[in-house]
Amino acid sequence: MAIDNAIKEPQVDEELALEHGLSSEEYARIQDILGRKPTFTELGIFSVMWSEHCSYKSSIKVLKTLPRSGGRLLVSAGEENAGLVDVGDGWAVAFKIESHNHPSAVEPYQGAATGVGGIMRDIFTMGARPIACLDPLHFGSLDDPHNRFLLDHVVKGIADYGNCLGIPTVGGEVFISDAYAGNPIVNVMSVGVVRHDRVASAVAKGPGNPVYLVGSKTGRDGIHGATFASEELSEESESRKSNVQVGDPFSEKLLLEATLELARRPFLVGIQDMGAAGITCSSSEMAAKGEAGIRLNLDAVPLREEGMIPYEIMLSESQERMLVVIQKGFEKELKEIFDRWDLDCTPIGEVIDTGKMEVFSNGKRVAEIPCSELVLGGGAPQYTMPARRPAYLEEANHLDLDALPEPKDYNAALLKLLARPNITHKGFIFEQYDSTVRTNTVIGPGADAAVIRVKGTSKGLAVSTDGNGRYTWLNPNAGGRIAVAEAARNVVCTGAQPVAITNCLNFGNPKDPEIYYQFSEAVAGMGDACRLFNTPVTGGNVSFYNENPDGAVYPTPVVGMLGLIEDLEHTTTPGFKQEGDFIVVLGSINGELGGSEYLEMAHKLVAGEPPLINLETEMNVQGTCLEGIQQGFIHSAHDISDGGLAVCLVESLLAAPDGLGAEIHLTRRLRNDEMLFGESQSTIIITVAEDDLLPLQRIAMGDQVPCITIGRVTTSGRLQLNDLIDLDRKQLRKAYMESFGRIMGA
Amino acid sequence: MRFAILVFPGSNCDHDAYHAVRHVLGEEGAFVWHKERSLDGYDAAIIPGGFSYGDYLRTGAIARFSPIMSAVQEFAQKGKPIIGICNGFQILVEAGLLPGALISNRSLRFISKMVYLKPEGQNSLFTAGLDTNRTYRMPIAHQSGNYLISPETLDQLERSDQIAFRYATPEGKVTAGANPNGSTGNIAGVLNREKNVLGLMPHPERAAEAIVGSYDGLAFFKSMAEYG
Repeated sequence: MAIDNAIKEPQVDEELALEHGLSSEEYARIQDILGRKPTFTELGIFSVMWSEHCSYKSSIKVLKTLPRSGGRLLVSAGEENAGLVDVGDGWAVAFKIESHNHPSAVEPYQGAATGVGGIMRDIFTMGARPIACLDPLHFGSLDDPHNRFLLDHVVKGIADYGNCLGIPTVGGEVFISDAYAGNPIVNVMSVGVVRHDRVASAVAKGPGNPVYLVGSKTGRDGIHGATFASEELSEESESRKSNVQVGDPFSEKLLLEATLELARRPFLVGIQDMGAAGITCSSSEMAAKGEAGIRLNLDAVPLREEGMIPYEIMLSESQERMLVVIQKGFEKELKEIFDRWDLDCTPIGEVIDTGKMEVFSNGKRVAEIPCSELVLGGGAPQYTMPARRPAYLEEANHLDLDALPEPKDYNAALLKLLARPNITHKGFIFEQYDSTVRTNTVIGPGADAAVIRVKGTSKGLAVSTDGNGRYTWLNPNAGGRIAVAEAARNVVCTGAQPVAITNCLNFGNPKDPEIYYQFSEAVAGMGDACRLFNTPVTGGNVSFYNENPDGAVYPTPVVGMLGLIEDLEHTTTPGFKQEGDFIVVLGSINGELGGSEYLEMAHKLVAGEPPLINLETEMNVQGTCLEGIQQGFIHSAHDISDGGLAVCLVESLLAAPDGLGAEIHLTRRLRNDEMLFGESQSTIIITVAEDDLLPLQRIAMGDQVPCITIGRVTTSGRLQLNDLIDLDRKQLRKAYMESFGRIMGA
Repeated sequence: MRFAILVFPGSNCDHDAYHAVRHVLGEEGAFVWHKERSLDGYDAAIIPGGFSYGDYLRTGAIARFSPIMSAVQEFAQKGKPIIGICNGFQILVEAGLLPGALISNRSLRFISKMVYLKPEGQNSLFTAGLDTNRTYRMPIAHQSGNYLISPETLDQLERSDQIAFRYATPEGKVTAGANPNGSTGNIAGVLNREKNVLGLMPHPERAAEAIVGSYDGLAFFKSMAEYG
């Protein structure tokens, strides 16, 4: 006997709408649009499509100020599932970053795993084969066992999913601060390549064309995930584990291969993955894009559980599913592809010309909504939110260095800094990720950026993710600019020309005017940098409501930068290469300690202004570095970032062949702690042979870039700097290489 | 030499093996879908790495029931060379073509990093072209690569020269520190008694070109092509 575990549909009224996260005004508009009260299914559909997660209703007006076309972009931001960039030779790159913060907070393993799965589908649904994955992670203090648990399981979730899928995880970053306690930031970026003529589109058109659901069966997992992502985490969030989807990377691997086979076939009309809001979102967005309607028969949907009602089927976020529209008459060919991979492939409806989403169950119409009213850019609400400069800034920006003593022992200070979770080598994490599968990884994790080759060409793609919540908290506009500048600098350090970005904007509750100020200012800063660098924004993701009971996380705009290397003959890594090379600073060491890792370590302060960022200077420094690499005489390049000059030198030294050392002499009219640990922007430490110094200086002079030799690569096996630092590689290695595993208790 | 590269649902190093033998080495090769039943026309078979059947139940445990595996058994009996890499090694063990078991790494974590292999001898077509006085650098990437055998089996494998490679330091010293996953006797690769079936956890196909950091792995396929 079948068990009747179907839930009964409740009465639809305003109270129920509010429980669904809609406002009274939004509920009134829904009634206007329909000319009647919505059904329970319709209320569910509106609530997810108009959720912050799907509609970007609080952010879209600000996002539109970003440069979203031009450069090498093939489609403008928001037009397809991911951005698409021309890299020449008939190849395009699809790439995007997304957040999975809230699911990872309550169920870290599945939350992170399904984050990987979702972003991969965004890429391969365009017909692109994913070739790299990057994971920027921001977590609360690792002194707290709960945060260690979260990080450990998030890393395992990413590893198990990405490794099984066979896509190398080649980069990301890890930032630890109390500000992220209980609400970690888990972002995932995927990069794929596709021939121009094989790009698939997320569109439903051609009335009469059949609509298929392919991939896994539909269950109750993840219902209201999109709504869940659109509210603050609270004490009750733990009880919302049922809102977290469950991932199956094996199914995804089959779906990946089947989808790429399908994308090559001319009978494919459109395809979109099912992420947030499942069938609802994919069908309404595809139909709206095709200016068509779509009729769905829910009785045909293969279900994982008995007794699912239309509301649940429409809102399920079961993973590893896609919605496919093909030309009528090619049903057999479609089925052959999915049969081969043992995947379900079920007709569940057709394209119609009414412009509406019409949903049927048991012969009854359970929803009828104009598609355009549901989607972003159509009827979905857009709000202008009030913004106010945060009150905390005045005090936070004040930093009186005179009141802070310098360290007595710089050797000890450096060793302590190297062992900090934000500085220390992250091998403990990235050695759990398969970074070499697909045999394209030219530069793997641990360098400024990862470099992936495009087989069959001389080209490489450099990718990096960057975002500094501490800087953005202290100065949202500068934080936005620095995120772009640093990401661009990182790809330049490998020899790549920055081409385009994707961004993941992680902020608190947008209804708080101080949070909204952080958001809009950070976006403004990003926009300025992207315009100047000619790196348009191809798309991305906004994640609001990142709060724990103590308040919002640091405002954390994360940039995923794509750089292009025309000729892989000319790439560079951070490690010093050979004895006798001159160590040169491109740019200036300004010694700003505001917002630095050192300041937090030594004085428990997150204060001051973040380091000065002048975008013109940044462009020039990057220009000199890139030209030097392309001309082949820069042997190593590594930018100054967290931890300052001293950490930058240690990282280049420890990546050098055994036995090499470095001897540095430099003077600045700065305190020694500023000089060594200040996190100057627009500064790159490079090495060149003595004979190449002159041509380098010539390029730098043309770009008006300061270019100062500060020392030489030696064979002492030691780092020696003025009379302040004298440490051998063993000591440096122990502090830098072995700390993260120890902190994690492994 | 014409290589068959087997593809199971969830294989993910199939393209890498294909690229190494076809594009880098310039030998012949083709993918063979697991539902096929014959290896006729092929001189050698590669069972590539990945997560066949999602590693569900146990690594390699389901793949060994695929239709192609009876052809693999026959192929082995005929003395044709078969190389199983990573998940391919796990499948060969499950299929009973190689001794032992591959259990979870000692760290209980997935390990992705470069290792050094020391060839134990040149007694198979896989190793005939290798230099036993040097080490070969290539990546490992696995969760279950901890090769477990009893002391008696170890003794027997050593006596019958079935140990193909051991994890070593760059200089070729077989030390505990060089053992990444806890494998018995630092064993990274093992041969069947007839020396025509090799299983190994490291990925020679991922170390076939200088641009990806090492081309040491190419020597394995070269040796197969030359001595096979």
